[in-house]
Amino acid sequence: MTPTPSTSKASLTTYLQVAPLTLVLILFFAIPVALVVVVSFFRYQMLVGIVPDFTLKNYIDLFSNPTTWTLYLSTLKFTLIVLVITFVLGFWIAYFLVFHVRNLITAIGLFLVCTVPFWTSNIIRMISWRPVLGTEGLINSALLKLGVIDQPLQWLLYSDFSVVVAYVHLFTLFMIVPIFNSMARIDKSLLEAAVDAGATRWGVVWNVVLPLCKTGIALGALFVVTLVMGDFFVVTVMSGGLSGSATSGIFNDLQFLNYPRAAANAVILLIVVLLIASAIFRLVDVRKELVR
Amino acid sequence: MKKTGGIPNKSISRRSVLKGGAALAGAAAGSGVITGFPTVWAQNIKDVTLVHTGMSYSTIIDIAKQASQDLGFKVEMSVVDHPGLLNRMVNDPKSIDIADMEIWQTKVAVPQGVTQAVEIDKIKNWAQLTPLYTEGTFAGKPVSLQGDAPFKFMYRDAVDATTFASGKTGFATFVPSVYNADTLGIRPDLVGRDVTTWADLFSPDFKGKAAIQNIPTNGIMDAMMAMEAAGEMKYGDKGNPTQEELTKTIARLIELKKAGHFRALWSTFDESVNLMAAGEVVIQSMWSPAVTAVKGQGIKCVYQALKEGYRGWGNGLAMMAHLDGVKKDAALEYLNWYNSGWVGGFIAKQGYYSANVETAKAALTENERGFFYEGKAATADITSPTGEKTNAAGEVRDGGSYEERFSQVAVWNNLMDQAEFLYAKWNEFNAA
Repeated sequence: MTPTPSTSKASLTTYLQVAPLTLVLILFFAIPVALVVVVSFFRYQMLVGIVPDFTLKNYIDLFSNPTTWTLYLSTLKFTLIVLVITFVLGFWIAYFLVFHVRNLITAIGLFLVCTVPFWTSNIIRMISWRPVLGTEGLINSALLKLGVIDQPLQWLLYSDFSVVVAYVHLFTLFMIVPIFNSMARIDKSLLEAAVDAGATRWGVVWNVVLPLCKTGIALGALFVVTLVMGDFFVVTVMSGGLSGSATSGIFNDLQFLNYPRAAANAVILLIVVLLIASAIFRLVDVRKELVR
Repeated sequence: MKKTGGIPNKSISRRSVLKGGAALAGAAAGSGVITGFPTVWAQNIKDVTLVHTGMSYSTIIDIAKQASQDLGFKVEMSVVDHPGLLNRMVNDPKSIDIADMEIWQTKVAVPQGVTQAVEIDKIKNWAQLTPLYTEGTFAGKPVSLQGDAPFKFMYRDAVDATTFASGKTGFATFVPSVYNADTLGIRPDLVGRDVTTWADLFSPDFKGKAAIQNIPTNGIMDAMMAMEAAGEMKYGDKGNPTQEELTKTIARLIELKKAGHFRALWSTFDESVNLMAAGEVVIQSMWSPAVTAVKGQGIKCVYQALKEGYRGWGNGLAMMAHLDGVKKDAALEYLNWYNSGWVGGFIAKQGYYSANVETAKAALTENERGFFYEGKAATADITSPTGEKTNAAGEVRDGGSYEERFSQVAVWNNLMDQAEFLYAKWNEFNAA
């Protein structure tokens, strides 16, 4: 059976319709990633740069170097801590906005308030923690004046604590938005039905709201994971250069034009993030939920 | 991709540059422009725009403004960090005309063939330039050769030579520009005792209140100065340590970091200023303009002279290989202008020295000349280039006179043979 002219015309239209996006993806995503993968197998020669030989040295160097493992462990640690805190905060803020604020206008107004910090730049939001957390900062001087402490708390700034504070401040909104979005779609009569059937308040949250927000949580988690895993600036600035991340390893290699090892490190990071992303998608079928 | 990798199609692009340059030169000759340097004052030199690219401490917009005003053509400043400059020079050489390099960076740039040597007879004030660069001597005595001392990289055998000459020739790798001798910055009001030696950087007295720079090539030198001063290590050549020496030094740094000795590691100028001004840190490796900036905020800060001497560094202005014709003439005009006085006076106020001491001194007031160069007490307030008061009348510059300071350079900033090993080790220190 030969396809009728009308169907072949239809399929041509379909191809034309997807062509722009495909081209953009190929040009700005597929080709650059392919180049990074290729370069990651090249050889690096001190003071010369890239030598196009095939070598596994970059990968062997990275895997056999305990520093790589330390950096990845530290990044994973930050990712997990930030994920848990932003989830708890994001879930309850969204819950409050959706179920406790009766008036839609008020809810949207409060939601916009959540975005206020984003009206300034990332760097300003981060740096502004310094005068708050510093040795001679707001918190320390307040506590000293109140007589709660007699020595400034050094762990407030340039520590893992300050890194987490900055991450949470910067990234919680990325958790609130998708959770808010899925929560807003929940039919309120479901909650009433659950209460009528004898569920406790907590039971409603656990058995009804949480499962119905899975998509939002998954998307929020994905944002937070990729943002934290890909960061080196926040961690460097807020830890005062005392902590590193997987990405700061890449940055250090670039300082010496060691593109091959930086590329190999980027490929490893990409694989790690893809694995985490696929694990998240395995738990929640985001696509199915989104078209629901 | 070609063997050179980092600079694909180098030969092709260079050939086309030469062709373009030849055409330009031809056109220029035709219109009667080339009448011999330095009196090229033709109309079309006014259309030239020179891009001066370098690091924040020397690539200063005020210099470009003054140059554009004095020279009649446009000079633009483009600020990058150290690795950024090398990346740009190697991968995008035509985006730069004048490369404001730190001495050790020439070790990467010159072998790549991205710069052309400067013909010394075209630099009118060459004879006035400091022998620190041109002769390898200072005040009649040879300067320390530990590290990448300026004289070692000063000369090449031809305009397009990709290696350095062993002695003096007629071709300079770059025109010497600004330089200084670095030491530790302290907060005299908070240290609580005299600081006299590099060993104090690691002293338990300053636990949790010390910082070093997170720039491996510089940070390691400060660490080596401190360890040698404390008698913990003896180095064969601090300018070119062995793997074993580096391993031991970094191990000690990691030990100090784990014990909470460092409040922070700084990587940018402003971070070092903030650490000091906020009282987070009372002793740290620092750059001279950072000390000036802290003082400009009305906070006491001293660039403390130490008995083991200084860590010296210097910059030079190199001409990129693609410069030709009118643009090359303009570049040479700029290089002559750079050491003719105004810049020397300007950068003296942020604590740097000019390669042309004579003209720099002439550009300063008697009070400033005495304070910055001659080790005399200020007779009136001293201000920074931006006008904030940095020193009151009666104060003497930290470290004394120009002569005192430069006769005590112990080691020069450098790119050591084991730099790759250093970077790997420094990563360990960062991750620890």
